[in-house]
Amino acid sequence: MKKQKIPKEYSIIIGGAAGQGSRKAGLIIAKLFNKLGYQIYIYEDYQSLIRGGHNFSQITATEGGLANKKEKIDFLLAMDKQAIEKHKSKLKKDGFLFFNSDKIEEKGIGISADKIVKELNGLPVMANIALIAGLAKGIGISWNILETILREDLPKEVEKNLSVAKKSYSIVETVIKIEKIKHSESELMTGNEATALGLKAGGLDIYFAYPMTPASSILHYFASKQKETGIIAIQSENEIAVASEAIGAAYAGKRSAVGTSGGGFALMTETISLSAQAEVPFMAINSQRMGPATGVPTYGAQSDLLFTLNPGHGDFEKFVVAPANGEESFYWSGKLLNLAWKYQTPAILLTDKDVSEGTFSVSKNIFKKIKKEKELVWLGKGEYKRYEITKNGLSPLAYPGNSEAVVKVNSYEHNQFGISEEVDKQVIKAMQDKRLAKFELMKKEADTLDVIKIFGNKNSKTILVAWGSTVLAAKEVAERLGIKMVQPIMLSPFPKKQITKAFSGAKKIICVETNATGQMTQLLRANGFKIDKSILRYDAQLFSTEELQAKLKKEI
Amino acid sequence: MKTQNNNLNTQSPNTWCPGCGNFGILNAFKQAIDEIIKNGTKKEQIVVVGDIGCNSKIADYLNLNSIIGLHGRSVATAEGIKLAKKGLKVFVFIGDGAGLDEGVSHLVHAAKRNSNIKVILHNNRLFALTTGQFTAVSPKGLKSVSTPFGAIEEPINPLKLMLASDAGFIARGYSAKIEHLKNLILSADKHDGFAFIEVLQPCVSFFNNIQFYNERIYEIENNKNESEIKALELINEWDYADATKIPVGIIFKKQRPVFEEEAYKLIGK
Repeated sequence: MKKQKIPKEYSIIIGGAAGQGSRKAGLIIAKLFNKLGYQIYIYEDYQSLIRGGHNFSQITATEGGLANKKEKIDFLLAMDKQAIEKHKSKLKKDGFLFFNSDKIEEKGIGISADKIVKELNGLPVMANIALIAGLAKGIGISWNILETILREDLPKEVEKNLSVAKKSYSIVETVIKIEKIKHSESELMTGNEATALGLKAGGLDIYFAYPMTPASSILHYFASKQKETGIIAIQSENEIAVASEAIGAAYAGKRSAVGTSGGGFALMTETISLSAQAEVPFMAINSQRMGPATGVPTYGAQSDLLFTLNPGHGDFEKFVVAPANGEESFYWSGKLLNLAWKYQTPAILLTDKDVSEGTFSVSKNIFKKIKKEKELVWLGKGEYKRYEITKNGLSPLAYPGNSEAVVKVNSYEHNQFGISEEVDKQVIKAMQDKRLAKFELMKKEADTLDVIKIFGNKNSKTILVAWGSTVLAAKEVAERLGIKMVQPIMLSPFPKKQITKAFSGAKKIICVETNATGQMTQLLRANGFKIDKSILRYDAQLFSTEELQAKLKKEI
Repeated sequence: MKTQNNNLNTQSPNTWCPGCGNFGILNAFKQAIDEIIKNGTKKEQIVVVGDIGCNSKIADYLNLNSIIGLHGRSVATAEGIKLAKKGLKVFVFIGDGAGLDEGVSHLVHAAKRNSNIKVILHNNRLFALTTGQFTAVSPKGLKSVSTPFGAIEEPINPLKLMLASDAGFIARGYSAKIEHLKNLILSADKHDGFAFIEVLQPCVSFFNNIQFYNERIYEIENNKNESEIKALELINEWDYADATKIPVGIIFKKQRPVFEEEAYKLIGK
C-alpha cells in the first residue's frame, strides 16, 4: 500500500486563569499560523466563572483538510502553574514548552513575562503578549508578521504591547522553523461570527436574543456592528419575548432571527408552533451545550437533536440544519433565513458549542454564495387573502402598510382571510391540507440542495456517520482508515433519498456522536436505516482523532 | 392604486355573550379609529394585536391589519411589529389573565423600555373563556371553578404595577362609558410612547359587577396627570376589593425617550 503523505500539522495549547487573556492570545497564535497558510481550528475550554479557574485555547494548524482538536500537542504556552499540571502530559516528546518563568519553575523555554511587563510599565495581562512573542520567535516567525497581527488585533495600548513583544522576541532563541505553505486565502472566525455573517448576507434586519452560552456571541456581534450593518440588535426580557418579537417583526415585513441554547430554545417552542400555524417565518439558532437542564453550560454535546426536530405542538414541518464548521455555519444560516421566508415556516440552525465558539478558517469564496432571495409577495390582484388556497400551498405575503391589503394573521385555525375558524370542518381541513402541500414542496426543495456530504473512500463498504462538531474528527479518521464518511447536514426535512444513495451497498454502518443515547442513530433507524454500531462520547468533550481512530479500529 | 375600504366591520360572526363589556370596548375603539383615520392616518398603518381570550376576538371583528398570536405574548409581539416598522400604529388587546398572569413580564418590560405601543387591557377580573377561573386581579375570596372555597390570594393592582414600571401613560376606562373610553384611546394614541389603558369590563356570565361599577365609578377631573404622588393617590382609591369610589380617566402621563427611536439611532436612522 502506498503510504499516504501525512499533512503538516501543529497543535498548540495556551492556558491560564480566567482573566489572563488566554483566549485572545490563542486567536493571535492562530492568526500567525493562518498567515503562514495553515487551516485552523481553535477549541475553547472555559468554565462558568469570571475570574480564576482554568481556561485554555487549543489551536490546531493543519496543511490540508478540516483542522480538529488533537490529543497530543507540539507547543504548550503556560501562563500559570495549572496550565503545566493540566497539559504537560499532552506535550509530544519533541514538543516545546514555553512558560512564564516568573510564575513557574520548569524545564523548557522560560520567559520572564511578568518582569518584562513591569519594566516596560505594562499591564499584568500583557504577560500573554510576551509569551506569544516568545513562541513566534521560537518557531521562526518574522517580526514583521507578528507586528502586523498584533497591530490588527490589539485595539488598545498598541505601542506598549509591541514593546513587550519586542523585548520577549529579542530574548528567545529560534528552536524550530515552521514552514510557510500555499493555501487559498481564508479568514479566521468563530462559528457564531460566521452564522452572523450568513444571516446578514441573507438579508437580516433585526436580531433578538436573551444571553445564553454558547449562542451569546452572535448577539454580541450584532450589538457591536449595528451602525455598519444596519441590523438592529435587541436583548429582551426572556426567550419567549425574543421569539414573539421576532414573529412580530416578520409579520410587519422585516427579516428577523433569534439565537439561544437548549434551555432558551425550550421556551421558544410554543412560538415555533405559532410560526407554523400562522405561516409567519421564524429563524432560530439553537447552539447546543450539554444538558439536561443547566447541564454543563460551557461545554459541548449533541444531545438536543431529537428535541430540535420536534419543537412545538401540532402537525408541521420545519427546516433543521446542523453545520460542522465556519463555512457551513455561514452558508446555512443565510440559506435557512431565505428558506424560512420562502416557505413561511420555522427554520432552525442546530449548531453546538464547539462549532459556535470554535474558530475556523473560512474560505473567502463562500461569502459570494449567499444573497437575499426575495420571498413570494402579493402582486395586488383582487382582494388580499393572507391564507389564499393555492395549488402548491404557498400564499403570497403582504405586510401592514400595504394600502391594498388588510393583513390578518392568526394562531387560531383560520379561513383564507385569516379570520378564526372553529366550526367549518371543510375550512379546517383545507387549511391543514394547504400547509401539508407546502411541506411537500419543502421536501422537494431539500432534494435540490447539498444536504449531505460524503468524505473518505467513496467505494468503502464501511460507513461512518457523523454530524455537527463530530465531523471535524470523523472526517480525518475516515480518510486515515480508508472508509467512507457520510455527514447529514439537513436533518429536517430528512434527506432520505440522498442517504439511501450514500448508504447503498454498505456492509457496516457506524454512527458517531457526542450524546448518551445515540440520537442520530435513533433518527436514522426511525427512517428505516440499519445502523450496526453507535459510538458515543458524553463527558462534554469532543472526540479527538486519536481516540476515535482507536475506537473505530476495533469495529472494522 | 386602490385604497382600503374604511368600513371597520368584518364578516366574522360575533360570539361574545349578549351584554358583554367587550361590545363597549369594540365600539369605543371603532369610534376612535374613525377619528384617527379622519385626522389623516391611513387605515393600513393601523395594526391590531390580539392575545388569547374573549377580548382578543376583537381582532376578528375589525377589518384592520391584525395578528392573533399566543396567550400572554401579544405585548412582545406588538413590540416586534413596532420595532420593525415604527410608522405603524400598534394597538394591543389583552385580557387580565394574559397581561397580568401569563405574560406579566412583557407588560412590565414594554412599559420600562417605553415601547411606543398602546395596550388596552380588558379587565373582567377572571378567566372567562376557560369558564371562570381566578386571575391576578380577582378579589380575595372570589369563588370560581378553580377557587371553589374562595380565592386565597390578594389581587395585584395593575395601575400600581404600571406606575412602578415607569409607564409614561396610565389610564383607566369603563366599558359602559364608551365616549369616555374613546377619548382615552385617542389620548393614548397622541401620547408619544408606551400607553396602558385598563378597561373595567363586567363579565355577564361569570362576574357580573355592572351594578357595583355603576355605583362607584366616577370620572377624574382637573388632574394634570404629571405627579406620581397624585397618581398613586388615585390608584389607591380602589384596591380591587370593596371601595366607595373608583376613579376612571388619565391617571398619569409623562414624556420619556421612546424605545424604537433610540433603537434606530443606533443604526444611524
